[in-house]
Amino acid sequence: MHKIESNEPFFWILFSAGGMMAALFIPIHLFLFGLAFPLGWLHAPSYEQLNSLARMPLVRIYLFVLCSLPLFHWAHRFRYTLYDGLKVKHLNELIFVFCYGGATLGSITAAYLLWKF
Amino acid sequence: MPAAQPQTINSAPQYTLYHPRWYRPKVSVYWWLGERHYLKFILRELSSVFVAVFVIETLMLINGLRRGPVAYAHFLHRTQNPFVVLLNVIAMFFLVFHTVTWFNLAPSATPVRLGGKRLPDFMVSAPAYVAWIVISAIICWAVLQ
Repeated sequence: MHKIESNEPFFWILFSAGGMMAALFIPIHLFLFGLAFPLGWLHAPSYEQLNSLARMPLVRIYLFVLCSLPLFHWAHRFRYTLYDGLKVKHLNELIFVFCYGGATLGSITAAYLLWKF
Repeated sequence: MPAAQPQTINSAPQYTLYHPRWYRPKVSVYWWLGERHYLKFILRELSSVFVAVFVIETLMLINGLRRGPVAYAHFLHRTQNPFVVLLNVIAMFFLVFHTVTWFNLAPSATPVRLGGKRLPDFMVSAPAYVAWIVISAIICWAVLQ
């Protein structure tokens, strides 16, 4: 039996889970907080309202997943955009560290902010 | 007559990542321009950048919420900046593009078989669109109630 050692399946699962998360959940969040509230189409919720929502443990777990998984989706796609799209092959290791390091850092930041809420 | 230079034979051949004998035509960095499908591929991959932009904005919102009413009001005020609105309009385009391409790819990535026959593509992607609408409605309700 020839066994191929590779971390690729692990990163692939993170990529597809993050892609699904981004596809299903991000557009409505972006529409509300990026367009509808700033442009006055809808009234932004009050601080008390949104704060009490974010105090619920389940909502905080949801917010963590909403931030973390899509970042790993970004890491995978952005890495291969630079690799295949812009053909930056000689910086492969550096790009890997930048992408997955960034996603890890973003996840830690999200965990910290939500933990210390 | 000077003595013939001894032929130096490299005993440790240098290995390159790519086999030198393989035929590798040179491809321009801009290979994805010009062909509609290649451009669509690169735009789809670039949508991930706006996914990351959204996460950063969400982290700022969470931070505003946790620091108090003034910080939250400050966050809301900053999102009214025309440049931020423009960024979010572009991000919205890319994220809807991501959702549509993602759902339409799902049947190819995970073909579903029922009774030995492969389900038609729309039977796999249609539930994803329904889930998208339901989830969006629930989030709207939770945030706006």
